Amino acid sequence: MAPAANKSARKIYFMLGVSVLSWLLCRLPCYAALGGDLSSVRDDQARIHASLQVSQTSAYSVHELRSSTGQVIREYAAPSGNIFAVTWHGPWAPDLRQLLGSHFMQFQQAMQSSSRAAHGPLVMQQGNLVVELGGHMRDFMGRAYLSDQLPTGVRAEEIR
Amino acid sequence: MTALRLWVWPVLLAAAAIMASCGGGSSHNNSMAPIVTSGSNVQPIVVNSGPANNYANGLFTTVTICVPSTSTCQDIGGVLVDTGSYGLRLLSSAGGGMLTLSLPSQTTGSSQVGECAAFVTGYTWGPVHSADIKISGEMASNVPVQVIDPTFAAVPPDCKSGGVPEDDSLQALGANGILGVGPYAQDCGGACTETGTTNPGLYYGCSGTTCQVIAESLTEQVQNPVALFPTDNNGLIIELPAVSEPAPSLNGSMVFGIGTQSNNSVGSVSVFPLNSNGEFSTTFKGQTYPSFVDSGSNALFFLDAATTGLTVCSDNSGFYCPAAAANFSATTFSSASKTNISFTVANADSLFSNRADYVFNTLAGPNAGTFDWGLPFFFGRDVYTAIESRTTPVGSGPFWAY
Repeated sequence: MAPAANKSARKIYFMLGVSVLSWLLCRLPCYAALGGDLSSVRDDQARIHASLQVSQTSAYSVHELRSSTGQVIREYAAPSGNIFAVTWHGPWAPDLRQLLGSHFMQFQQAMQSSSRAAHGPLVMQQGNLVVELGGHMRDFMGRAYLSDQLPTGVRAEEIR
Repeated sequence: MTALRLWVWPVLLAAAAIMASCGGGSSHNNSMAPIVTSGSNVQPIVVNSGPANNYANGLFTTVTICVPSTSTCQDIGGVLVDTGSYGLRLLSSAGGGMLTLSLPSQTTGSSQVGECAAFVTGYTWGPVHSADIKISGEMASNVPVQVIDPTFAAVPPDCKSGGVPEDDSLQALGANGILGVGPYAQDCGGACTETGTTNPGLYYGCSGTTCQVIAESLTEQVQNPVALFPTDNNGLIIELPAVSEPAPSLNGSMVFGIGTQSNNSVGSVSVFPLNSNGEFSTTFKGQTYPSFVDSGSNALFFLDAATTGLTVCSDNSGFYCPAAAANFSATTFSSASKTNISFTVANADSLFSNRADYVFNTLAGPNAGTFDWGLPFFFGRDVYTAIESRTTPVGSGPFWAY
């Protein structure tokens, strides 16, 4: 009896753990941009107190956020609403935890092991994730995209 | 150490001058003016492998720092000269750097002020201290500087949100510090003086190991020391000889002031004022791209493989590795000027194969949608950096001219 009771208690703790974890995991993508959906654009807009301007091509829409501090963020969404690319430009380093969302850890880990021979911009490609960092102090720019999620006919050079 | 260094420099520079005058390999593009080597506003600079012996195209110098208003000083060699940042940052001995001098801390209330300074591929973290900074015969008094210190309070989570590593060791930094002498006076500017959500969060008040974002006045921010010199404070000129092939090292001069002395008069230069992003424009194959000049970037970083036709190195995605050296031409322009720049890109793997060489005029790498005119751009060119709102004979800063 005792072991069985232990087992069911463990089961309850496990279920509790799972639900806390899934709540936490849901919290992260809620403001994740890359790989997220269009609802995340509104969350980003609120976080950086930005104005929002939307432009449309036949293959995707571009949601441009412009903050009063000079940060410009563009989020590229496929017709499905899936965000396949983000770009940034402004005086401060980008909050990539926010912009890369669920891909942030992957990027962070790749950065720890990347070659540091180039002192300047950085190009990081890991699987389908491409992250490019450029600029210098008081002028940061870059972009990130999921190479397997570019809409048909869209070239990476278009993402600016 | 100090005596040796003071003795070595004039000899090296004299040797370089003799070589140049004998036609021994070094030349200087614009009007072939010789590199200025004498004057109280002239500081020797050198391109070499740096104090960690791991830096390609690293431009270094020695600065003297002192406890403010005292003669308690320390010379710090192997400090990177960076026109892409603003203010002096020194690696503490705890991080493997040279700095051992105890400098007074900047405080706010009972808290010590710390800074998270973002660079493109890393960040520096540590307390803000005050120092007198002596470079050549110039001195900036009581300047806020950052001490890069891995033992300082816990790195705040927001400082890590760029996802890039902390540069807190000699190996990571490749230098004993960074001397930021770019076209701005502070490393942040007005935004850091604000309270609330518009503050970008560079400065922190730290009690124990816990730090919180603070508003930091312009004068308390880490400062470009050139802007605080009593004279020759409107900018500087970096003068390096032309380079025709890879070399172990290269000597040159950093001349303070623009048009303030007989040795820094403005010759025939093109002026490129910065826009609100701190950039000017470069055209390449009919397209216009944002661009900037940065002695702290160790190659010409421009565009991408598809646009340039250059192969990226298979073992290092930071550089280009074309099968054969390729020649390019681009045009830098502003409302005031237009200048054609010709340059050559060689295979980075081949360049690096000779382990004795650290000076590479043909080293280049990708930088999607942008031109970063890094250190090779400075070889054979006098490059002027004018500080924001300071006047010069060719207009007010911020601008680059060459």
